[in-house]
Amino acid sequence: MALIHLAILLPLIAAIAIGVIYRYYKRLHLGWFVLPVPLIIVIYLLTLVPRVSNNQLIYESLAVMPRIGMNFDVYIDGLGLLFAILISGIGALVVLYSIGYLSHREDLGSFYVYLLMFMSAMLGVVLNDNVLMLYLFWELTSISSFLLIAFWFMKERSLYGAQKSMLITMGGGFLMLGGFILLYIMTGTFSIREMLNQVSAIQESPLAPLAVVLILFGAFTKSAQFPFYIWLPDAMEAPTPVSAYLHSATMVKAGIYLVARLTPLFAFSELWVWIILLGGLITMAWASFNAIRKDDLKAVLAFSTVSQLGLIMSLLGLGALSVVTGANEEYFSIAVVAAVFHLINHATFKGALFMVTGIVDHEAGTRSLKKLGGLLTVMPVSFTLTLITALSMAGLPPFNGFLSKELFLEAMIHVGDANFSALADVAFIFPLLAIVGSIFTFIYSILLIYGVFFGKRTYDTPKEPHEAPALMLISPAILTVLVLVFGFFPNVLSGTIIDPAAMSIMASDTPLETHLYMWHGFANPALWATVFIVITGTLLFYFRDKWMFIYDYHKDRFTLNYLYDQGLIYSRFGSRKITDSYMSGFIRSYLVYIFLFFIVMGILTLLNTGIRISFDDMAPVGIHEMAVVLIILVSIVVILGTKSRMVSIIMLGAIGFSMSLFFVFFRAADLALTQLAIETVTTALFLVCFYHLPKNSRHQERMRFKLTNFLVSLGVALIVIIIGLTAYSNRLFDRISEFHIENVYELAAGGNMVNVILVDFRGFDTLFETLVFGIAGIGIYSLMKLRLNRKDGNNEEHAEESRI
Amino acid sequence: MELITIILSGILIGSAVYMMLSKSVLRIIIGTALLSHGVHLMLLTMGQLKRGNIPVLDEEVSNYSDPLPQALILTAIVIAFALTAYILVLALRSYRELGTDDVEQMKGVPHDD
Repeated sequence: MALIHLAILLPLIAAIAIGVIYRYYKRLHLGWFVLPVPLIIVIYLLTLVPRVSNNQLIYESLAVMPRIGMNFDVYIDGLGLLFAILISGIGALVVLYSIGYLSHREDLGSFYVYLLMFMSAMLGVVLNDNVLMLYLFWELTSISSFLLIAFWFMKERSLYGAQKSMLITMGGGFLMLGGFILLYIMTGTFSIREMLNQVSAIQESPLAPLAVVLILFGAFTKSAQFPFYIWLPDAMEAPTPVSAYLHSATMVKAGIYLVARLTPLFAFSELWVWIILLGGLITMAWASFNAIRKDDLKAVLAFSTVSQLGLIMSLLGLGALSVVTGANEEYFSIAVVAAVFHLINHATFKGALFMVTGIVDHEAGTRSLKKLGGLLTVMPVSFTLTLITALSMAGLPPFNGFLSKELFLEAMIHVGDANFSALADVAFIFPLLAIVGSIFTFIYSILLIYGVFFGKRTYDTPKEPHEAPALMLISPAILTVLVLVFGFFPNVLSGTIIDPAAMSIMASDTPLETHLYMWHGFANPALWATVFIVITGTLLFYFRDKWMFIYDYHKDRFTLNYLYDQGLIYSRFGSRKITDSYMSGFIRSYLVYIFLFFIVMGILTLLNTGIRISFDDMAPVGIHEMAVVLIILVSIVVILGTKSRMVSIIMLGAIGFSMSLFFVFFRAADLALTQLAIETVTTALFLVCFYHLPKNSRHQERMRFKLTNFLVSLGVALIVIIIGLTAYSNRLFDRISEFHIENVYELAAGGNMVNVILVDFRGFDTLFETLVFGIAGIGIYSLMKLRLNRKDGNNEEHAEESRI
Repeated sequence: MELITIILSGILIGSAVYMMLSKSVLRIIIGTALLSHGVHLMLLTMGQLKRGNIPVLDEEVSNYSDPLPQALILTAIVIAFALTAYILVLALRSYRELGTDDVEQMKGVPHDD
């Protein structure tokens, strides 16, 4: 248990304390008590930056379940540290923001407990070296995210969104666990660092493609990539601080983290590169295209998040490409830098944008773009923040988004240079998708600024809008300042944060010496791409009324949401159909299943083992025995055929007495006695019940019904006979009764062997048989006497009790 | 002899299955009683039939029939009796309360959910 373990678990510990504080002290906003937690963590993590940037890695182990190799191994390198700082830093800002956003009337205790739980889980994901532990924390993020989305659980949309995100991310997480287990099978370890030493084992294993697909399922569902992005827009029902924190800056980047972390393991795989590269780009273009038609601010931001995540994902694909083609291709190793840099940028500007959206929602009472407009003069500070961050998102100079976008476009334009399978043939697709995605990104960024702050002032907002209190503005302001700082001085990051992170993605030890700067010269194609994007975007934005109709063709029926909803409905419908089809509620059907199963298994077993029946070792048959057999057969036929209850009871008695005759013939005196007595009692019992029993012993049954019954019982009878004969013909060893016979007098001082066995050698059987008898007696007595649910007046008290 | 008793116990079990598959509770109870008879017969047969005397110690006899299956069957008879008695009373009680002895009617009106 080292300090870093404590840092990861601190939010969880704090969550417990917060619950206690919330009960007893309500004067101060609970958020103030929460705020120190992420602050302490971020300060502690920042002290680690110099060590990590000097390539000193931090490793602390803590055995949790060492037998199965599940240890809480914390491993801090550039990548983990970058994510951890993002999580705790933005966590602190979000807590600060939520103090202004959530009022005392909300259930603050639950909110902060969930939030702290999430923070702990997220730190656990990014700082872990053990994949099993990573999976544990991964699911904890899903659970806490589920709780946070459904924070306003009285709203149906919240529950829908929470369920959807839960199903998708948990499903993905579960597949990912499969991938991890495959990795363990291939390498024999759960530690990522030790897997790195065995990359060759993974390369040679035929399981590798399956592991790639399974792990990417986890990453794509969590990071809302195509086609799993559908949960993210619905997760916007969460409170805005949650959306800002979970669904823009941290949780959705868990998938990115996973891909980045495992890139050195899987980069050799073409599957890995293709899926990430193409999947990311398609996500980017598709989501940015769809963002424009939304009129809810948070929905626009949700799609924009999906799109930006796609961008980062595709850059990681290029990074993997650089590993597989030999790390020297400059453009592709620069792609990793771009991915890391854009990750930071996105966290800053998207966090700020969400917070500003929350402010607008909070102050104007609506998030609908149709109702908002002309707030420029009313909310100047929010406008400034939105302007800077949205332009950064659009990728315009001089903000940080421009730098990373530039690197992205540059890398995508040069992708055809790579010497990698069929890449050169389809190379045109990459810049095309990148540029299309960027154009739409530009349009919705402008739309965001224009729709809220410019245009005609509409007066149909639920509240009279005014500028937010300073408390809510601090966090977005800090993030906006970071956008500017990273934009103008990107090199404060490059040596300290970006390079170590990029190095751990590439698994290389040589420093990259990245140098980021605004101006790349006119020869750079990315510059012209940006110019083209801005011009096209502006034109499209200006004439948007002319072409927006194309979204009308995109009917609801063809969306993935529709597919998901229908899938859910049909799986529910289908499983009910299946269950209804066999769980009929008729006891007869269940008996038929049981007996059919018996028949089928019997036949299969007999076929497998073969039937060997010999008739050698049989006792002779006497005439009196044959007579008894005949009596039994006749009785059976009568029972099967008769309708009268009387006849069937008597015939049953006849069979019982014949059985005792059998016991006499077969030298079982005690059995004969018992059988005789018991049969008499049974028959008497039947006759006692006689007056109360229904007159007819059978009901009208259809022919088909009887035929099925006949076939089933015939099958059972045949199987029983065959099994009995084979068992009899194949004796494997002698009987053990010789022991009983020899020792019955010496050991137990008795002459009657059956009785000695019953009470001495195997006395326990008898004890519990007596118990069974007693229980049956008590059961019968209570059945006859106890009448709890009678509805007449004098027994109402009892009726109450029985219901309880 | 064993061949005959095995076939007979097969027939007993088969007809027990047939009875248990019918709709009437009384027939189901009779079916369980038949089933127990069939099983007892099978148990006895597996210990071989008519090989020696009654298993009671006797100076002049050295060959006894197998006492162990007999002890097992004795236990089984008692348990089967307890069970038969119990379900008989159960059937009686349910006939009184529900007014039917048809297991399909006992299920009640099929409901939708």
